[in-house]
Amino acid sequence: MIDRSKNRATPTRKDFQSNQEVRWCPACGDYSILSQVQKIVPTLGIEKEKFVFVSGIGCSSRFPYYMNTYGFHTIHGRAPTIATGLKVANPDLSVWVITGDGDALSIGGNHLIHALRRNMDIKILLFNNRIYGLTKGQYSPTSEQGKKTKSTPAGSPDYPVHPVSLALAAEATFVARAIDTDTKHLAGVIERAARHRGSAFIEIFQNCNIFNDGAFDEFKARDVRDERVVRLEQGKPVRFGKEGGRGIRLRNCTLEAVSSGPGEEPPDCIVHDEKSRSFIAYMLARMEYPEFPVAIGVFRDLEKPTYGELLDEQGDFRIAGDTAEALRSLLHTGETWVVGNE
Amino acid sequence: MDEKLGRIRRQQAAAPGIMMAKKKISDKPSSTGEDRESVVIRFAGDSGDGMQLTGRQFSNTSAIAGNDISTLPDFPAEIRAPAGSIPGVSAYQIHFSSVDILTPGDEPEVLVAMNPAALKSNLHDLKPDGRVIVNTDAFTGANLKKANYEASPLDDGTLASFQVIAIPIATLNAKALEGIDLPRKEADRSKNLWALGLLYWLYDRPLEPTLRWLERKFAGNDILIEANRTALLAGYAYAEASEIFTTHFRVREALIAPGRYRKITGNEALVLGCVAAGILAKTQVIYASYPITPASEILHGLSTYRRLGVRTVQAEDEIAAMGMVVGAAFGGGLAVTGTSGPGLALKAEAINLAVMAELPCVIINVQRAGPSTGMPTKTEQGDLLQAVFGRNGESPVAVLAQSTPSDGFDVVLEAFRTAVRHMVPVIILSDGYLGNGAEPWKIPDIESLEPIDMFHPEGGGKPFHPYERAADTLARPWAIPGTAGLEHRIGGLEKEDVTGDVSYDPANHQRMTDLRREKLKKIADFYPPVEVDGDGEGDLLVLSWGSTFGAVRTAVGKCRGEGRSVSHVHLRHVHPFPNDLGEIIGRFGRVLIPELNGGQLLFLIRSAYLVGAEGLNKVEGRPFMVAEVASRIREMT
Repeated sequence: MIDRSKNRATPTRKDFQSNQEVRWCPACGDYSILSQVQKIVPTLGIEKEKFVFVSGIGCSSRFPYYMNTYGFHTIHGRAPTIATGLKVANPDLSVWVITGDGDALSIGGNHLIHALRRNMDIKILLFNNRIYGLTKGQYSPTSEQGKKTKSTPAGSPDYPVHPVSLALAAEATFVARAIDTDTKHLAGVIERAARHRGSAFIEIFQNCNIFNDGAFDEFKARDVRDERVVRLEQGKPVRFGKEGGRGIRLRNCTLEAVSSGPGEEPPDCIVHDEKSRSFIAYMLARMEYPEFPVAIGVFRDLEKPTYGELLDEQGDFRIAGDTAEALRSLLHTGETWVVGNE
Repeated sequence: MDEKLGRIRRQQAAAPGIMMAKKKISDKPSSTGEDRESVVIRFAGDSGDGMQLTGRQFSNTSAIAGNDISTLPDFPAEIRAPAGSIPGVSAYQIHFSSVDILTPGDEPEVLVAMNPAALKSNLHDLKPDGRVIVNTDAFTGANLKKANYEASPLDDGTLASFQVIAIPIATLNAKALEGIDLPRKEADRSKNLWALGLLYWLYDRPLEPTLRWLERKFAGNDILIEANRTALLAGYAYAEASEIFTTHFRVREALIAPGRYRKITGNEALVLGCVAAGILAKTQVIYASYPITPASEILHGLSTYRRLGVRTVQAEDEIAAMGMVVGAAFGGGLAVTGTSGPGLALKAEAINLAVMAELPCVIINVQRAGPSTGMPTKTEQGDLLQAVFGRNGESPVAVLAQSTPSDGFDVVLEAFRTAVRHMVPVIILSDGYLGNGAEPWKIPDIESLEPIDMFHPEGGGKPFHPYERAADTLARPWAIPGTAGLEHRIGGLEKEDVTGDVSYDPANHQRMTDLRREKLKKIADFYPPVEVDGDGEGDLLVLSWGSTFGAVRTAVGKCRGEGRSVSHVHLRHVHPFPNDLGEIIGRFGRVLIPELNGGQLLFLIRSAYLVGAEGLNKVEGRPFMVAEVASRIREMT
């Protein structure tokens, strides 16, 4: 894919900005994500015309209109299927799916699971704001239990789904989480997803300042985030807090947060391993505030043949020979007989 | 004949100890042959008795022998219903002929009933004075009870008006297979081949095609080849030697156009058409589908054509399959899916996306009896209105109907040409009867197959307008991702005319809705003139579509032969209608529309032409009989 024609100028962020006026509400978390994607894609060494952004329905799904690339704003929940068909037809493309918590986990839950388990080489960015925005404020499958919304005046009885757990269980080969306002970290995670070979899934905590404002503030706010968010880094102990004074360890098959004395390192911390298939990634993904800090970063990054690679291994799809030869081979194979003179 | 018997004896000699019938095979034929123009027979047995295989072998052999054939497989949806029960009966009817035939025949003259349930559920179709060949071994108390017979129909006069040939097929088969190292239960599984051998003798069929097939089918398992071969030869020899038949019948080669032929089912024809479309377009075919009866064979078939550029995806559900088709079409592939009625319902949403995004794709609907799950293995034409109308909003799609099994090849090629030329989704309506039914097919001259023109614009500095239309077709350009300079966004939201930008402007929505409808109408400008079978004007026009072609054409021909003023138009293009159809309808006094539904084409024709057309409708899960259609024509003329 890194086959850029030498005499073409390196694209810039500006090249990826479309002429469409961005119509998200002012201060929506989506702006930040758009900006990070526009910053990363020019750096990947892929020609601009090879990017395709596919989306479903919802606020996040307007995203393709704002990228000056090929884009397809499709139907509710089905973006992974359209992206799959596109990637099968044209494996050279860099195919991205932009989706939300309702689109990907409610109406499109089935398609998300199957796109991930097939290890389709597509990048799925799930904007999780834990609310339905475009339909004006009903609870979503990631809303906390008891949430009072227009459709649940007495509080939602539903237990929420955990997107990262689901993606891990669906055998995605790259699973990560990021926060809209932590832009540098977000950009890093997007870049790693883009460079991953296979299905990549990022849950992005995204603030809906109209219908669910401050949903993530209790742990992501600037003044508390060091104590309440843990950044996973490959090969490093899982530590958080000021100067890394707190950590996560495994005890009796469960996680626990531990603290160290002043100037000491917290004892027995888990060393993060994205390459592991163990259940620890799943446990880290399910850490919730206030019992635990919330984990962000890459939970899993595995190398596994992609759907396209496996298909290619089974044989060549190119038609051997000319049209007439191919047609003869198609129509005259098997039992045939002649009536009169041929 | 002598030569053939000699061959059988040699084959028997090669397998010593396998003597099947008690009587010796005499040196001269024990019976005389009698010529017949056409014959209809039916094999019926338990689902586990291999009746579909037996029927397919008989039809293959007959086709190879030069007959015209038409078949009607009829099997339960259950994989293996309780053995011996009526719901477990599986049947296969074959019409083979020395003249051109179009239907599997109304009434069989021979019914092979492998057990009481098969007899019970098929006897009513047998011709008066027809032959019924029963496997007496299966007429046990328990089996009779399962078939709801209080007494054995072999003894109580039930079969008095038929010629009954009662044979202990399982016993004779087991005897023939003595000496082959197979448990009795396994040996019994070849009794269908024994019955096939019997019928091969009765209708003077060659044995070689089935013997060749056995070698292929059981390659590497010599015991099974030997057992099945022995069973086939034993049945054949028994018929010859036992003198139960006073004569055997010859159905001469049909006088059909010279050329190379193959036997083809409707689903196979669709498969070959899809592959050929890719070759003719020099583009890969992407077939995404979710398994569903009776369309799954298309997925199975296409999955073997990777070497000819076909990629198949078994999707997670019907919706996903259609989503993948839309994505593949956006990517520039020849995108196609196959399904049946319940699947078409689920696909409506993504088909509508293709309507809005104006992307070319083909949706094959092998219809089955509905509503809901309905009767999965039984045929019906119940989805015409679903295909034409079953989506939200003003949503025009093109709908083509397959008319015979082999027509599947042509209909798929036309569907792809239309889809690509006009940038629309095209629905093909087939049905279970066509999908599973078989006929001989004259392989088309390869030079006669025209290329499918694929046009994808290149970027050239000018601003690209994804909804700027061609004058003759109103099609928008098919610019595909990966083309530098043509980056654009499409989607399900209403588009601004020309630019394709999102637009909620009232006048624009009216204009775009009109354009989409107008674009669809223009498809009819590319149709050939409607063919009228019979006089161009008269008392009665019979108008039909889809799989009823054979029965209606035959019935109309018969009635015209009786001096009646009746003509036939069979519609390939059910949406939009041909431009000249209204004028043709106007030249007839009355219009009859036979359909295997409650009157769906009737509804469309009345609405389009304000004509008092009349319907002949049934939904019994099986095709029209010629007699049913002819009888209504006689009432009306």
